[in-house]
Amino acid sequence: MTKIFETPLYPYQRSADQDAETPVRHPVVVLGAGPVGLAAAIDLAQADIPVVVLDENDKVSWGSRAICFAKRPLEILDRLGCGDEMVDKGVVWNLGKVFFDERKVYDFNLLPEDGHKRPAFINLQQYYLEQYLVDRVRALQADGKAIELRGGNKVTAVKPDDTSVRLTVETPDGPYLMDADWLIACDGAGSPTRTMLGLDFQGRVFEDNFLIADVVMKADFPTERWFWFDPPFNKGQSALLHKQPDDVWRIDLQLGWDIDREAEKDPEKIAPKLKAMLGEEADYEFEWVSIYTFQCRRMEKFRHGRVVFAGDAAHQVSPFGARGANSGFQDTDNLIWKLKLVIDGTAPDTLLDSYDDERVYAADENILNSSRSTDFITPKSHASRVFRDAVLDLAEHHAFARPLVNSGRLSLPAIYDGSPLNGADATGLPARARPGAPASDAPIGGDWLIDRLGGGFQLVTIDAQAPDTLDVDGIPVTRLALSAKDDPSGALAERYLGSAPSAVYLMRPDQHVAARWHAFDADAVAAAVKTATAQA
Amino acid sequence: MTAPTHGTLTLEPNIKDPDGFYAELLAAHEGLSREDSEALNARLVLILANHVGDRDTIRAALEAALPER
Repeated sequence: MTKIFETPLYPYQRSADQDAETPVRHPVVVLGAGPVGLAAAIDLAQADIPVVVLDENDKVSWGSRAICFAKRPLEILDRLGCGDEMVDKGVVWNLGKVFFDERKVYDFNLLPEDGHKRPAFINLQQYYLEQYLVDRVRALQADGKAIELRGGNKVTAVKPDDTSVRLTVETPDGPYLMDADWLIACDGAGSPTRTMLGLDFQGRVFEDNFLIADVVMKADFPTERWFWFDPPFNKGQSALLHKQPDDVWRIDLQLGWDIDREAEKDPEKIAPKLKAMLGEEADYEFEWVSIYTFQCRRMEKFRHGRVVFAGDAAHQVSPFGARGANSGFQDTDNLIWKLKLVIDGTAPDTLLDSYDDERVYAADENILNSSRSTDFITPKSHASRVFRDAVLDLAEHHAFARPLVNSGRLSLPAIYDGSPLNGADATGLPARARPGAPASDAPIGGDWLIDRLGGGFQLVTIDAQAPDTLDVDGIPVTRLALSAKDDPSGALAERYLGSAPSAVYLMRPDQHVAARWHAFDADAVAAAVKTATAQA
Repeated sequence: MTAPTHGTLTLEPNIKDPDGFYAELLAAHEGLSREDSEALNARLVLILANHVGDRDTIRAALEAALPER
């Protein structure tokens, strides 16, 4: 059977740019057709900004790679028009078990909060995610949107100046030049763009190796996340078992630092460990085996003039907590609406500096969380191992110790506290919906709040009056009129009103709260739109 | 130099029958290997820290326990 990751989805084709007398200029070029680059391009195309994506390959990624996608990125994928495909194919899970040595020390249920369209997490192979994003690109092209995906196009030089970025692109037909008003670099942890521009990438290297194996197995294993600390079959190390679609199981085995990487990949060497994890009778075949080590680091700044970095190119985290691809989607979610306003001339280009403010803050939060998980999973000192083992021993008998067990923390979106784009806050409204926070979903009259938000500035009124549309110096604001009565479950009121009788929220195009009040005031809303677009 | 703040941390005598408590603490470690003693101490620290709960108080206790510099 030919796997999707063996099929060229965007094979090289000669483009008109290669025959142009002078380099053709494009409003935006995206480097990298991975999840983050494709999301950026789709977002731009939906906003009617022509975009070209360049990638030296022509296929989705090999092997499952990123497999856990959290609620907030799924909401972003909904806004990009391809959330249903992901969730329909993905495996939804809520239950986890934690083992220490030979004992199960406890099990947990993520117990996601009710009243959200999307689950806390799905598991889905990265190649499916990329395939559905490419499908979405094709659908946008069929609708006449200017979005181009050029495979077999390798960028070999990046030369930015004050007004544009000159790219040298290598192809099977030889090199050509192109110009971009804006360049978005989503070219991964080893970002050639970052290297070509001589930019820093500082952080902490974790001296450890992990073996990932994707095995295809028909088994009656439950759809749960199983995590082992110091199991008999991988003494002194950790192990993880997690289900993906199509009877594919992800197995992670920690190997330690001083190992022979090639020898460890030998199926003969892996088999006894898998038998111990899955049972002697387990019947499986390998789909993908890889060994990885990791680092937690980020660029000092993500915006460098007309070149903006997103995803792993800008920041790298340990895999514990699924904060890589998930945070990459939040990068482009944050960036594209700002770039749109700047390109349209309705906001100054300093608005893009707030991408740095907000996403560097989020990257630091992700690095902090994933470093803490890594330090728990692989203790770096004698004392840290003693306390880790004490936590696990206590967790078996006492509830208090279970929150201390850290095998990866649920990826949650950053709340942009302190962002220069945040406007007025009103006392007495719920803290979770404060300026800078992402919208919390709620069921509203057979629909979902999250599906009614995004794409532009909106004034969400809950039992409050306001005009249906506003124009703040060329930036349109549309009203979404709601009532607490729209949601009999009370979630809308609990999440946006608290004990207040009414509220007015100014929402950004990325579904984050910009400002909020108890009632509408035209001058206050105009001021908040100015603040949220770096015009204050 | 600012004076260290101890929050609600009690550093005045607070245990009735101090000799009895001390004997009980040592008795718990009686016969344990150095490694098992260390593990017991770690569990005890975690249990007591959870009982206290208040982060400022726990932080003050950590500071009070650090070797003098």
